[in-house]
Amino acid sequence: MTDTRDEAIIRLFHVHKRYGAKAALQDVTLEIAKNELLFVTGRSGAGKTTLLRLLYLGEAVSEGQILVDGMNLSRIPRARVPTLRRKFGIIFQDYKLIPTKTVYENVALVLEAAGRKPSVIPKKVRSVLRIVGMEDRMNAFPPSLSGGEQQRVAVARAAAGDPKIILADEPTGSLDEEAAGLIMSYLDTFHTRGATIIVATHDKELLKRADTRVVQLRDGRLLPPAPV
Amino acid sequence: MKRFFLRALKDIRDNRFLTAITVITVALSIMIAAAFALFFVNAGGILNMWQQGIRMMVYLTPQVSEAARQDTMAQLQSIAGVQEARYISSEEALERLRGQMQHHDALLDNLRRNPLPEAFEITLQADRRDSTSLQFLAERIANLETVADVEYGQEWIGRFTAIVNLFSLAGYAIGGLFFMATVFIVANTIRLVLYARREEIEIMRLVGATDRFIRVPFYLQGMIQGGLGTLLGLGSLLLGYLYLTRQFGDPMATEMFTIRFFPVLTCAGIVLGGMVVGWLGSWVSLKQFLK
Ligand SMILES: Nc1ncnc2c1ncn2[C@@H]1O[C@H](COP(=O)(O)OP(=O)(O)OP(=O)(O)O)[C@@H](O)[C@H]1O
Ligand SMILES: [Mg+2]
Repeated sequence: MTDTRDEAIIRLFHVHKRYGAKAALQDVTLEIAKNELLFVTGRSGAGKTTLLRLLYLGEAVSEGQILVDGMNLSRIPRARVPTLRRKFGIIFQDYKLIPTKTVYENVALVLEAAGRKPSVIPKKVRSVLRIVGMEDRMNAFPPSLSGGEQQRVAVARAAAGDPKIILADEPTGSLDEEAAGLIMSYLDTFHTRGATIIVATHDKELLKRADTRVVQLRDGRLLPPAPV
Repeated sequence: MKRFFLRALKDIRDNRFLTAITVITVALSIMIAAAFALFFVNAGGILNMWQQGIRMMVYLTPQVSEAARQDTMAQLQSIAGVQEARYISSEEALERLRGQMQHHDALLDNLRRNPLPEAFEITLQADRRDSTSLQFLAERIANLETVADVEYGQEWIGRFTAIVNLFSLAGYAIGGLFFMATVFIVANTIRLVLYARREEIEIMRLVGATDRFIRVPFYLQGMIQGGLGTLLGLGSLLLGYLYLTRQFGDPMATEMFTIRFFPVLTCAGIVLGGMVVGWLGSWVSLKQFLK
């Protein structure tokens, strides 16, 4: 990691986030390079979800600055927030699939919302569902799917718009080892296709992967990198 | 745009019952308000027509000399506002009465002496046909020496004008009330749909949907509901109108006036207005809901 400055797609400078008196993040400074795969780890309540939420302006910082792909988040007018969010594909901790829409419609919604041409949407939806092995369940409703299947749909939805950055919040949280491995392999697929991927997790198995950077949060603070 | 429309239609289909109730309520509101407007339009028309036809009868005192009569005529014609003064002799007046009494004119044959006074029938210039000018003119004419009495239906014109004014006021008040009611009804329905869709809306925002993308289908829904409601309300009113005119209207229509419905263009305007009001309802809800 000599000189990644020019390649950084996300930068956080002394970021603080407080919920009332509770400090969820304190003085976090972090750079994430283009096409990096980064794990953010830490105990429950350490601030992982909060960190991800700040990136797509799910919340505003209390202090400090965040740059995402050239956009300064504290200076974005409300009307430009959708532009920022389209840079991301987000896999939420609780999936956030719409129960009254089919798998297909859930994925298609992202593309419609992003203003994609209606003629390209069906093809795109199918192809991304194929990657996660859910093409044959296209017309099912999320509540009828298993947790692992829902998680795969969530991955497909996050990746459908070819986002520059994929945020994955506990993508393997409630899954068994095999299902978790599958999810990670899909994320790897999108990583090799050029996406920057940030995974928040406390899954020890995942962290054993040698090739990826891991940053650790404790009580809202970033721990110094462990000496190898 | 087509996709927005499809989404709006899907929402409407998913909330059929709610939408149906909204449309019916809007229809009832519009029907009542439009019935008032219709009354107002027709009453105004009648008033106008009556005023067009207003003639003033100036009755002369008995035994006026030929010269004095000529003199009176000249004086009448010189008064500003008078268009024409026509002399009606006692005999002509009796003939007219005979004509009006039709089958009972035998009664008049028994008269020994013509009891009717001589008179002038005055037609008025168009800008003098309102009740204030009429009153003013009548007073002036009544002051002439040879004039016994002036008649122009002063009482009923005054009263009718007052009633029409009152009704038009009530019409505006009721119209305003129903306008607000319609906005409120549509706003409430949209609010319920928004509430049912809140999770979905939140997700759409998180994945980068613009406000426009989220809002437009709701605006369309409001407009469809407002438009359908107005259409239904006006349609029912038209049916009621047709029924009534079939039933009782014909003799009245030929003798005195015709009761009219709104012209097509006005109807189109009202439906358009309903759509605007529906849009406004959506706007109110979205404003509250999306901060
Ligand atoms: N909206 C909020 N209002 C108040 N406090 C909050 C809010 N969101 C998070 N917090 C607090 O901020 C801290 C960090 O929360 P966060 O969700 O980021 O933790 P996490 O690392 O994602 O935990 P987990 O592994 O359980 O998901 C917690 O103490 C939490 O209670
Ligand atoms: Mg979390």
